[in-house]
Amino acid sequence: MPAVKLEKVSKSFGDFKIEDVSFEVKDKEYFVILGPSGAGKTLLLQLIAGIHKPDKGRIIIGGEDVTRLPPEKRGIGYVPQNYALFSHLTVYENIAFPLRVRKLPDKLVREKVENIASRLGIEHLLNRKTKTLSGGEAQRVALARALAAGASLLLLDEPLSAVDPVLRWELRSFLRRFKRENELTVIHVTHDFGEAIALANRIAVMNRGRIVQVGTPDEVFYKPSSAFVAWFTRSGNIFRGETARVEEGLSEIRAGSLKLYVAGEYSGRVTVTFRPESVIVSRKPVSTSARNHFEGVIEEVEVEGPLVLLKVKVGDDEVKAYVTRTSLRKLNLAEGCRVHLYVKATDIHVIKS
Amino acid sequence: MTKALIVFSSLASLFVLYITLPMAWSIIIGLPHAGEIFGDSEALRAIGLSLYAGFTASAATALLGTPLAYILSRWRNKLTKVLESVLEVPLALPHSVAGIMILLAYNSRTGLGQLLSKVGVVIEDSFWGIVFVMAFVSAPIFVSTVRAGFDSIDVEVENVARTLGASWLQTFFRITLPLNLRHVLAGAILSFARSISEVGAVLIVAYYPKVAATLVVERFLAYGLASALSLTVVLIFISVAIFAALKIVLRG
Repeated sequence: MPAVKLEKVSKSFGDFKIEDVSFEVKDKEYFVILGPSGAGKTLLLQLIAGIHKPDKGRIIIGGEDVTRLPPEKRGIGYVPQNYALFSHLTVYENIAFPLRVRKLPDKLVREKVENIASRLGIEHLLNRKTKTLSGGEAQRVALARALAAGASLLLLDEPLSAVDPVLRWELRSFLRRFKRENELTVIHVTHDFGEAIALANRIAVMNRGRIVQVGTPDEVFYKPSSAFVAWFTRSGNIFRGETARVEEGLSEIRAGSLKLYVAGEYSGRVTVTFRPESVIVSRKPVSTSARNHFEGVIEEVEVEGPLVLLKVKVGDDEVKAYVTRTSLRKLNLAEGCRVHLYVKATDIHVIKS
Repeated sequence: MTKALIVFSSLASLFVLYITLPMAWSIIIGLPHAGEIFGDSEALRAIGLSLYAGFTASAATALLGTPLAYILSRWRNKLTKVLESVLEVPLALPHSVAGIMILLAYNSRTGLGQLLSKVGVVIEDSFWGIVFVMAFVSAPIFVSTVRAGFDSIDVEVENVARTLGASWLQTFFRITLPLNLRHVLAGAILSFARSISEVGAVLIVAYYPKVAATLVVERFLAYGLASALSLTVVLIFISVAIFAALKIVLRG
């Protein structure tokens, strides 16, 4: 039984819109909804939480149709982007809130709050005012509060956007561990592709209120279903072309000044994409099994941390390739250098237009 | 630059002087007479009545106005926007006109007035008349203050409280209202201040029993400036005390 199931859910609310969204989240899955801002991700999360009711469609949580149920009857934990801690209460009372609402005796409340706090390593914060917490601490308090409510499904809205980049790495692994240790199903909304790759069992890519692809990180990464997904996952190399020849499981596609060989038999107009890290860069021609060979001139060198993105002019087109900083130095690559690029036919993905 | 600065600070000082001079002067002139208030049973009764009616009016306003302010803050649509403007009309009315309006609507000969008199509420020349007038003129101040407070509370906080198991009403009483307590208190203090300062509408609806502000007018008209002095200075002190309370609430 899926933990969450959406059936043709539509909703329009203010400037945001959800259109005909259907997907399933498996039990104990870390499910990431990835999309640009304004795609309707938060609204989708709020529909699952019950904060808004869909105009059309059904929402099923744990086998029960909750479409018309108010949020307090759904048993889910919702952690918005700013964590929404109750600023008039201490950390202790924040975590105790769901227990107090359920009118549990004080002794039991104390036991539960202390237990959860120690699991999350925030016992020392219990008497603090929420305003004095750092971003990471506030997040833990918000998660503790959701756990106290007994939620087994957690909805996280951009949980890492409010913390500084260094802490973000730490929090990623914390979230992974947190999900595993507490046996939770997580739906996590983000616009950050790296975050999605790092955390997700599966990713749903969202654009303009619609789910455009659902798949494992590898599927979304290497087999994007549309030019949008390819672009949003920073594939870089996206070309529209025409099938010129097909033989023995190999198609030749002409896209501008590029002649591309791809695995599989295709026909007509197609969009092809391959990732910059699938491109092998060399100063001299080499003999290799890779079917695609381009020759071009480096136009731009962009350093992105440990990797360097090369923008190579091939004919009238631009091919992007990643090299490590070490290779950049060893191959002595710089703007204006003539280079040879190799891509395997199996590394090129064809999007049927 | 310096020239402009001199012009600006001169204008500012002039204005400050204009406002503070009457306060300072009234206190200087009136202070020696302040003690007379203790032998003046009519004045003491009037002050007591002002405070009591003002308290009743602002308590009623808080009770009825808080849910209204919440609705105006959370349900933003054409209807609530129109409602909001309509509710601010009392601010723009001449006070005597406000008094006439209250009298027209709620006097004991109207249908509504008859209903009210069945539960012992007759507004003509009565305590309740004063309360009605006070609530009418001070309601807009309370509602706009408290609404602004609700506006400043992130809706996500309420959303989270709901997902944690709290019903709509529990969320309001455990989360929203406590978060907005400062604004509710400030609204109540402001409407209390507005209530006890009302004269015009009170004169129309209920000249008797006399509230302090009415008595000041009566004594001034009948016996001149000097006779109104001790009451005036005491009322100044009461007003200052109210605003001190407001500042403490807003800072606290």
